Amino acid sequence: MIKSFLNKLGFASARFAGGITPDMCKWTESSAIEDCPLPPLFIVPIKQHIGQACTPLVQIGDLVLRGQKIAKSEGYLSVPIHAPTSGKVIKIEEHAIPHPSGMGLTSIFIEPDGKDVRDTSLIPMDNWQAIDPAELRERVRLCGITGLGGAAFPTFIKLLKDKRNPIETVILNGVECEPFLTNDHRLMLEHSDEIMHGLQIIMHMVGAKKAIIAIEDNKSDAVNAMQQAVSSTGNDAISVASLPTRYPQGGEKQLIESLTGKQVPAGKLPMHIGVLCQNVGTVKAIDDAVMLGHAITDRIITVSGDAAPKPANMRVRLGTPMRFIYAQCGLENFDGIQILHGGPMMGERMRHPDIPVIKSSTGLLAIRDTRMKAVHQVEDPCIRCGHCSEVCPISLVPNLLADHCRNDQLEKAADYDLFDCIECGACSYVCPSHIPLVHYFRYGKGQTAQVRREQSFAEASRLRSESRDARLQREKDEKAAKRRKVRDTLRSESVLNPDNNSAPKSTTKTEGKE
Amino acid sequence: MEQLLYATLSLGAFALIAGIVLAIASKVFHIEGDPLSDKIDALLPQTQCGQCGFPGCRPYANAVAGGEADVNHCVPGGERTMLSIADLMGVEPKALEEEESVPVVAFVREDECIGCTLCIKACPVDAIIGAPKQYHTVVADHCTGCVLCLEPCPVDCIDMIQKPELLEHWSWPLPDTERAQLGAERRESHHD
Amino acid sequence: MLIHLSSPHIHSGDSIRATMFAVILALMPAGIISVYLFGWLAVFLILLCMLGCMFTEFVALKWMGRSTAPVMDGSAALTGLFLALTLPASIPWWMALLGSVFAIGLGKQVYGGLGYNPFNPALSARIILLVSFPLQMTTWLIPMHLGVSAIDLYDFSSAWQLFVFGANALPHALDAITMASPLGHVKTEWSQGIGVSEALRAYDYSYLDAFIGREAGSLGETSALALLIGGIYLLARHTITWHIPFSFIATVAVLAAIASMVDPNHYTPPLFHILAGGLILCAFFMATDPVSSPVTPMGQIVFGIGCGIITWCIRTWGGYPEGAMFSVVLMNCAVPLIDHYCRPTVYGKRGSES
Repeated sequence: MIKSFLNKLGFASARFAGGITPDMCKWTESSAIEDCPLPPLFIVPIKQHIGQACTPLVQIGDLVLRGQKIAKSEGYLSVPIHAPTSGKVIKIEEHAIPHPSGMGLTSIFIEPDGKDVRDTSLIPMDNWQAIDPAELRERVRLCGITGLGGAAFPTFIKLLKDKRNPIETVILNGVECEPFLTNDHRLMLEHSDEIMHGLQIIMHMVGAKKAIIAIEDNKSDAVNAMQQAVSSTGNDAISVASLPTRYPQGGEKQLIESLTGKQVPAGKLPMHIGVLCQNVGTVKAIDDAVMLGHAITDRIITVSGDAAPKPANMRVRLGTPMRFIYAQCGLENFDGIQILHGGPMMGERMRHPDIPVIKSSTGLLAIRDTRMKAVHQVEDPCIRCGHCSEVCPISLVPNLLADHCRNDQLEKAADYDLFDCIECGACSYVCPSHIPLVHYFRYGKGQTAQVRREQSFAEASRLRSESRDARLQREKDEKAAKRRKVRDTLRSESVLNPDNNSAPKSTTKTEGKE
Repeated sequence: MEQLLYATLSLGAFALIAGIVLAIASKVFHIEGDPLSDKIDALLPQTQCGQCGFPGCRPYANAVAGGEADVNHCVPGGERTMLSIADLMGVEPKALEEEESVPVVAFVREDECIGCTLCIKACPVDAIIGAPKQYHTVVADHCTGCVLCLEPCPVDCIDMIQKPELLEHWSWPLPDTERAQLGAERRESHHD
Repeated sequence: MLIHLSSPHIHSGDSIRATMFAVILALMPAGIISVYLFGWLAVFLILLCMLGCMFTEFVALKWMGRSTAPVMDGSAALTGLFLALTLPASIPWWMALLGSVFAIGLGKQVYGGLGYNPFNPALSARIILLVSFPLQMTTWLIPMHLGVSAIDLYDFSSAWQLFVFGANALPHALDAITMASPLGHVKTEWSQGIGVSEALRAYDYSYLDAFIGREAGSLGETSALALLIGGIYLLARHTITWHIPFSFIATVAVLAAIASMVDPNHYTPPLFHILAGGLILCAFFMATDPVSSPVTPMGQIVFGIGCGIITWCIRTWGGYPEGAMFSVVLMNCAVPLIDHYCRPTVYGKRGSES
């Protein structure tokens, strides 16, 4: 009571700056994870992570097994894509992916054969304690694991054991601060032992000395479950921290600040201050990859929202179309309903439900139009109340920054630290004028990127044009030099042979022409 | 009368002193910057298309710097370039003469190409590759969409095609003001 | 048609209207005290100013061809209420109405309406009135509770008569119903060589009365108690933060404490400064007007300190007895600068930026 009052007055007890306490709407926290059946058709986009897209390895008509690699990674910042079940590749073409643009990407369409046979080419590594971290890291990469908290950053990159930046602490992120989402919560309740095991594998991989499992205090049963799992391992280097509920505590940088009081310096990564942060779902996937040799083919998704008749937590194969998943929850008619991919704070609105879920899908929400319209009202003028800067977890001044973005003052926006914005949405959430601040920041970021692209293209074009001019000049000079040489030879010949003087004349003629 | 004299004299003296100080300051703190034409050139999109009526971006930049051309002649640069040049020159922005068009790149229909190399010679940024009697190809990543290659082609086998929109290059537009019309848009997308 | 909707897709439900009505609610205790002090006259003035502001807003928006919906968002009504509470009860009605037109017309709409006014509209109108009509703006009615006033303001018809026809139409001399405010009294006495303690004794000054509000002054500025109740409500509701009120009042108190320690006979004590005049009204309600105050916590503290210094200086050395509202408007000018330089350190950039 006192704590919440102090929070209201602005004396936050959580240690990261700003933050909000929205209505959490965790309606599905006590529904056990259900298995979503196989849809009639899988749509697997060739990019489901941050980084470079993959190249398909299969052709139309190929038979694939569950967990078989169907697209290989290109470049460092990439992980391969696997078939979600056994079946036949029926087509490879562009299809809409969960992206705010509504644009599409090359996708592999797989028709399941219903047998769901697994690819067993990766052997389990039961003796992981004895295996070199680099080899385990390669296993994590091969199994296509990305951060399952929503950002989908390739996980193996973070699991680097680097002598220059030794990892002291592993932070297990079970915060789940987004309203509605309960997938991590259920995972911690139902798979606490696997998570615990996975955590120990990670600690072995990076050589960490201690680990903290961070859970918000609105999930006390998960805190208990993880505490029990910790005590059953008898590893006293692992502790469970129950944090006051506050959005966006689940953000990597905010969580680190809440737990350690340290900030990740701008432009640096958590590993530079000796911290590794992993989502609980990712850790479970790592455990599966190492102990069972399973590539990532499914994930837990919370299906909820005021328009979902039967909210649920589901284990869904990657590539399952959203329409099929909603149907499992009793939602088939989408009239007057908006679909969100992810939580309500950072998730994106999808234009239609015929889009597959991917590795970054944490939740699927169905929200009524009326409710969305109440949120996305036409903006009023800013009354400079300052609530946005109070709640900003990275201490920006959102209203001034949004002005710069709106007016295309991109340099000024960058000076107001536009690129430090994590787009958590706390500012838009509290704005009494309903200004879509995050939208303006995204616009500003996009415009800046475009201007930079145009500038570098213009610079490249200028160089090409200059080098062409130089080349043409050179060729001209060379030609002229050659001509001069010929003329000189001829002239010297004519000196020797004064009767013949037609050749030099013709040279002068050509020169005159030019 | 005397007062008027004193007032005029003191003001005049003050103005004189201020003028001297400013003159000295402008000499002492003089900043050697890029010549104006360099700065303008840096703002231009370097398509070298000649649509401004000058043979390339650099000549246009020189003309603007010399006061011989208006700031609104760069067609591919669009409004943003016009505004930034106007800002740099300290003049009023002027409306663009032509509508902004979608970015395009040249594309050679290879089966019709006779390999005459005329387009290669015309390309201001060396974005077309090929040898005599061979098909020519436009390197789309280098093409500025200047259309200078269309005219010399004797068989008209070059098309200007829209630059493909890349997912990675997509960026958020400004918020719509008609945000209240949610349902309509969703139904529309449902039909196609 | 494609509509791009960016996250977040939930909202706290806060709105401009809710904010404005919360502030109006927070001013209710002060309004009630003003009715207790000045009877029907207070009711007339408050209603006149609120309606005057809303009407001006309506006309201005209509004239500019904009939507007239903002008339009902409560901001114009709030400006009217603010203005009324800073006026002396005896002010002629047409002056109050003129003030309302100034507040909305010159103080707000010429800058582009809500959110774009650099100055607090009510205070700028108040200052225009003070400079234009110095006598009427510094004539204070004797509050009803003192029982010495020659006119009964609780009586509707006599209050109406005073309101409509002005003090000069009354059978009594103006002196019979007016008195000096504490700040004005001390200042006048000092100019005649009489020290602070003596002056206060002669005025029959009591801190308790000043706290409850039983003293001469503008409609809503007298009662520290009522204003504090409203201020605490706004703090608890998180409409305002503690930064501006605290730094404003603390600065005045510190300056007054230092000065009165040096020469207690010349400079009034800190508590007198806090309770006197419009300091609390300005600190909790005027200086915290979101549109014309800084956005960042750091900036708000700087703003409050600036207000405090200017207030104390005007009160002590200035030509006017009261300087709180001048200080707020003067500091309003500095807000863009303060906002630019008082940005908080961004996450991860502590000590790294030049």
